[in-house]
Amino acid sequence: MLRILAHILRTGIVTEPPPATDDATLEALGLELRRAIDARFGRSLALRFIDAGSCNGCELEVHALANPYYDLERFGVGFVASPRHADALLITGPVSRHMETALRRTWRAMPSPKFVIAAGQCACDGGEFGVSYASCGAVENVLPVDVKIPGCPPAPDDIIRGLLAALNLTAENPHIRVSRIG
Amino acid sequence: MTFGCRWAGMWAEADEARMRLYCVLDYAGDSLLLSAEAPLETTEFTSQTPHFPAADRMERHARDLFGVIFVDHPDPRRWTRHCAWPENWHPLHPAQAGDPPTPGRTPADVDYPFAAVHGNGVFEIPVGPVHAGIIEPGHFRFHAAGEPVLKLEERLGYVHKGIERLAVGRDPAGLARLAARVSGDSAVAHAWAACQAMERAAGIEAPPRALALRGLLAERERVANHLGDIGAICNDVGFAFAHVQTARLRERWQRRNRECFGHRLLMDTLVPGGVARDLPVGAAENLCADHAALRREVEPLFDIIDDHPPLDDRLVGTGVLSLENARALGCTGYLGKASGCGFDLRRDAPYAPYDALEVPLVTDSEGDTAARVRVRMAEVRASLDLMDQLLDAMPSGETTAPLPTPLPGAIGFGQVEGWRGETLAWVRFDNAGRIARYFPRDPSWFYWPALERLIMGEIVPDFPVCNKSVNGSYSGVDL
Repeated sequence: MLRILAHILRTGIVTEPPPATDDATLEALGLELRRAIDARFGRSLALRFIDAGSCNGCELEVHALANPYYDLERFGVGFVASPRHADALLITGPVSRHMETALRRTWRAMPSPKFVIAAGQCACDGGEFGVSYASCGAVENVLPVDVKIPGCPPAPDDIIRGLLAALNLTAENPHIRVSRIG
Repeated sequence: MTFGCRWAGMWAEADEARMRLYCVLDYAGDSLLLSAEAPLETTEFTSQTPHFPAADRMERHARDLFGVIFVDHPDPRRWTRHCAWPENWHPLHPAQAGDPPTPGRTPADVDYPFAAVHGNGVFEIPVGPVHAGIIEPGHFRFHAAGEPVLKLEERLGYVHKGIERLAVGRDPAGLARLAARVSGDSAVAHAWAACQAMERAAGIEAPPRALALRGLLAERERVANHLGDIGAICNDVGFAFAHVQTARLRERWQRRNRECFGHRLLMDTLVPGGVARDLPVGAAENLCADHAALRREVEPLFDIIDDHPPLDDRLVGTGVLSLENARALGCTGYLGKASGCGFDLRRDAPYAPYDALEVPLVTDSEGDTAARVRVRMAEVRASLDLMDQLLDAMPSGETTAPLPTPLPGAIGFGQVEGWRGETLAWVRFDNAGRIARYFPRDPSWFYWPALERLIMGEIVPDFPVCNKSVNGSYSGVDL
């Protein structure tokens, strides 16, 4: 136990401030995000994640959101196991035809209001896989999409920016296309 | 098994007149590539599954995609095809160039005939394709009586996105891009195998500097994934400390990837003929300093993981894959190594740059989850040494060689040791220098059946950690 505590002490805190283009706004942005989530989602934003056919690259970066550098949970954003507990659906991959029904059912299982975030190039426009006998392509071919986060895969800070966009905080961010806030 | 050979893969290929079947057997590092042909009208072949259980899913995959009939195959059920296209339509059969008669919305795959286990108190637990966590989709069907698992049956294919058909008609650069996305965690391994296959088909070899850099990239991929997995396994049994620490180290590692090679997961760093970009000025020193820093960081951390009784309680003796099962299924990589199969292409069939390096033999004999963690830790240490050696003796010169247009029908076979194990790629060019056939064989083809075996008799709550310690790729086998 002592070894573990010593290791933790040695490591210190590595968590970074939330990403933004202007350093001076960092603190304010974090607070604003927190406030928006408090007001609109009852102090927490619950995401249900679903891989609709990705190569797993996007999942690795979504996982990275939990590492101590990003520590996504400090913003009040958490991943939940059931769509019934979710405010938003975070989807990666082109939608494989074999996942089409499972994706629709997951979305239908979510309570309203709900919104859909397509993360990664494949989810945004079909990416490397496009539309074929096996793939429906972009998520919007199957479900209404509110926010798109491009990148193959998007880096964790891109995903955080996308989540901020989902909360309508950085709508002018040129990297994020906000199609509709539900 | 038979003749002491390891069964290493099988795929089909077809032109207008004939169906061809390839099979790879490995004996002590030497590969034997066998092929058989049949006219397209009567595409019947004898199944290899009764002799090599590892062949089961690859034959069913070929049956679904090509319409090949395997006589004596013990399992008539579909595998890769769910319900997205009709039973008599085979996406890679030459007679089916266009799109399938589309069913509109894909129905749920509800009538797949899972095996049933009958008996007093036996119950069934269906899980997936949508799991509780952030993982790829697949379906698991457990049969249990009380807590112990009597049988686990996997149903994969949910992330089938038609990679083999998408590859047809691509140019070499396009294929390398696709190969990097066969399985996101093995971007380097699959891209390297595909590039190696294309280079062999074209009769060239990448320049020495490019090969050394490829080795460096492959080792970086290995370290990143092992770090992530070691932490994730610990996390699955409630030891969050290790998870946080390894996630921190992995993140720093990935940031260096982006800085030096332009991509956190190293996608598109390999191109046919070499690598996409050279090391930036001063990067070699930074990387060497990183290796030293990581060594300093992991030693005390690995010591704790190695000697932490609460962790041992959950990992030691959990999910044992016997040597017999590992052999029968042809497991390579950390899964095979933890069960005593020490095969490693870098050592047993070395290719450049590994032919000039000494790759240590990493094996364990216990075959349990703890052994799979130990093997990963040993591989991290070994990779750090290999990367130092690669940087020390980095050849100068070009980082790409032009890839001449391969002769019509030229074939190439790529074989690299990915972080998960032996990764193969098969390539055939058409008459115009484009890809006519690509088959990537991920080690996960053998990992998934191994999971079905090693979970037998374990309790249901131990499934997540067993699954994590095996960590088969869904995308790599669904294709």
